Amino acid sequence: MTAHSEKTVMHALTIRLQDEIFALEATSVREILDPVPITRVPNAPEFVGGLINVRGTVVPLADLRVVFGMERPPTDQDTRIVVVEFDLDGDLMVAGILADKVHEVTEIDAGSMETVPAVGMRWPPAFIRSIGKRDDGFIIIPDMQRIFRNEGGLDAAAA
Amino acid sequence: MTSIDPADTFRQEAADLLEILEQSLLDLERRPGDEDLVSSAFRALHTLKGSGAMFGFTAVSAFIHDFETAFDKVRKGEAPASGELIAAALQAKDHVAALITDAASVDASAGSEILAALAAAISGPCEPVWRVNFRLPENALMLGTNPVLLLDEMRSLGPCNIVSRSEAVAPVGDIDPDYLYRAWALEIGGPVDPLAIEDVFLFIRDDMELTIERSGGGGVENAAADEAPPQAATASEALRREPEREAAGVAQKDKAATLRVPAERLDELMDRVGELVIAQARLSQIAVSRHDPALVSIAEDIERLTSSLRDTTMGTRMVPIGTLFGRFRRLVHDLSQDLGKQVNLVTTGEETELDKTVIEQLADPLVHLIRNAMDHGIEQSEERRASGKGDTATLRLSAAHRGAEVAITIADDGAGLDTARIRAKAEASGVIAPGAVLAEADVNRLIFEAGFSTSQSVTSLSGRGVGMDVVKRTIEGLRGSIDLASEPGHGTEVTLRLPLTLAIIDGLLVRVGSGRYTIPLAAVEECIELPKNAGEMRGRSFLDVRGELVPFMRLRDLFHAEGEADVYQKVVIVSSGQIRIGLVVDQIIGNNQTVIKQLSRLHSSLKTFSGATILGDGTVALILDVMNLVGFGQKLEESRRDDVLGRAA
Repeated sequence: MTAHSEKTVMHALTIRLQDEIFALEATSVREILDPVPITRVPNAPEFVGGLINVRGTVVPLADLRVVFGMERPPTDQDTRIVVVEFDLDGDLMVAGILADKVHEVTEIDAGSMETVPAVGMRWPPAFIRSIGKRDDGFIIIPDMQRIFRNEGGLDAAAA
Repeated sequence: MTSIDPADTFRQEAADLLEILEQSLLDLERRPGDEDLVSSAFRALHTLKGSGAMFGFTAVSAFIHDFETAFDKVRKGEAPASGELIAAALQAKDHVAALITDAASVDASAGSEILAALAAAISGPCEPVWRVNFRLPENALMLGTNPVLLLDEMRSLGPCNIVSRSEAVAPVGDIDPDYLYRAWALEIGGPVDPLAIEDVFLFIRDDMELTIERSGGGGVENAAADEAPPQAATASEALRREPEREAAGVAQKDKAATLRVPAERLDELMDRVGELVIAQARLSQIAVSRHDPALVSIAEDIERLTSSLRDTTMGTRMVPIGTLFGRFRRLVHDLSQDLGKQVNLVTTGEETELDKTVIEQLADPLVHLIRNAMDHGIEQSEERRASGKGDTATLRLSAAHRGAEVAITIADDGAGLDTARIRAKAEASGVIAPGAVLAEADVNRLIFEAGFSTSQSVTSLSGRGVGMDVVKRTIEGLRGSIDLASEPGHGTEVTLRLPLTLAIIDGLLVRVGSGRYTIPLAAVEECIELPKNAGEMRGRSFLDVRGELVPFMRLRDLFHAEGEADVYQKVVIVSSGQIRIGLVVDQIIGNNQTVIKQLSRLHSSLKTFSGATILGDGTVALILDVMNLVGFGQKLEESRRDDVLGRAA
């Protein structure tokens, strides 16, 4: 039973971006930081327009709100930076993700996950891996690889 | 701790020993009969054989055993170290290397062929080598003796290796132009009667110094080789001596003076020091703001210690470039035989030290440049004679410190670049538009473009148009630059300019708008105030710096800085090579030690920044890529020049 449940459950860290709840793969989350000074990178893609110091290493700061066309209010007391690391085309990508609020580590039942409907969506469907359901609403599971590849200007650089 | 595979330890040791063997053999080719070299090669072989057997590399030790037998004859003076022997021994060395890497894939018959060649090379006439040292009386010239004739006569006796010795030359003030101060050391091979040698000096024998010794006997003074070796051999010899002690396996007191440390540990150490430098900057900043004398004094101590720790750590990562140059002697040796061109490789500045990562990455570009010079640059002997040059071409490989950079130069005395042909080729392949206005230097630089080759035929060496592109990309990846100078008929000179280290640099911290940026201090020439009347004419900006026009860029515009510009703007004049450019900033904050952090892939396409660093207050500052900014300024300059020319026309 446990083996079965491990397969069908996604361990996720839920964060809030504006009015939406997003889920990040819990295993890819390295740490959660209070807001730190952000260095603007001139002429960089807006999605990754900043750099932060994460205990001695320089890490790009990504703002998913840019990708999903949301408003970007200034940081407040709930703002956090979630440092994630994941595999991007064979390289380890470490990046900070700006979150309006960090909720909790939770389990999302795979049975409740649905593929993205092609229509009737406010966001670009390509950037969403699936949508999970919970009692109080929907949870968006973003496709980090695709977002970073497209919005981080990597495709442009490769072309 | 991970367990170490003993076979790997052997492979590592073997690589060093093979290196020594190869260098000794190549040196031996220049100075046949040098016993030090023979025994150095022999020792390397012997150690290899012993440890090979110990670690189970039986095929290796069996082969070396036969190799050694052949070489033993040379050591005993029974066979000369002839060119054929050296060539066969070099082949044998390659065979050993292949056996060590993967014995199964090596064809056994190849080994026996090499051994047969070795045996053939030593079975020739086994004549002793005679060493002759002579000094003529000082007044010999006045008495009508011509030393040239004497030397010619010696040459007629057998193959001679002559070294001139100048240790007895009088101090400059006391030199009498009529006197002869030189002495000569010779080695004569072949069937020579020592009496015949003495007969050469028959008429002046009484007043001169003459010693004739049979080589191979013990205790022969080896003055000639020690005092006047060919220039190229000096430094490589010094380099060779160091590992040689280890190779000998003799317990010497210097042995403990060097350690073999895994490279990753040095990298880790450098990372820690980098973090320490950042932490120290924070401490200093807090100490200053607290106005606590005790704290300030500790912070100053820590700063001093950190800075010396930084220098020491960087020092441990520095490797003399001679380790790299040594490898090219074999390359040049082999290439000159393949191409049928006589090429003399002259290396200088081997002691110049560079960060080990830089050295590792330099190997490929240098191989490409040397191949290119030998294949395309240097002409065949007939052509060389036709243009009044000697048969033997010279390829110079030199390294030297220039400020915070190291310049590595590869120069040949060949035909130089054919600008017209490069241009035609570039137009044909669409790299440049037909009839485009380009300076000669810019046309020549096109050889560094990918897929560019002017060679009519693709040889085994070059012509595919891949190599030079590799050179350019590698050097740029190392934050270096390439200068190219060529004179038709006289040769080509390629200079690679590289930063000393990739880890920590001194930087000049500036502010542009609300952002802070670091400029590598080595590139900064001066800082001046932006004159009020520094107007932009037709969208292009130039500054009059002591009569010279320097293009300048407002970093505020380039970086789209927000907020009001400072009233008194400053200009930081930076340079790379001959090109200077002014960068207009709001404020110059000061010097800082800059630990370079690479930018992630997300930002690597931004050419204006070469990296980032962490400041004392923990924030991140971007490091400006001066080379690219200067390139930008250069375009400004050129467009101005074209503008002026266009108007004049």
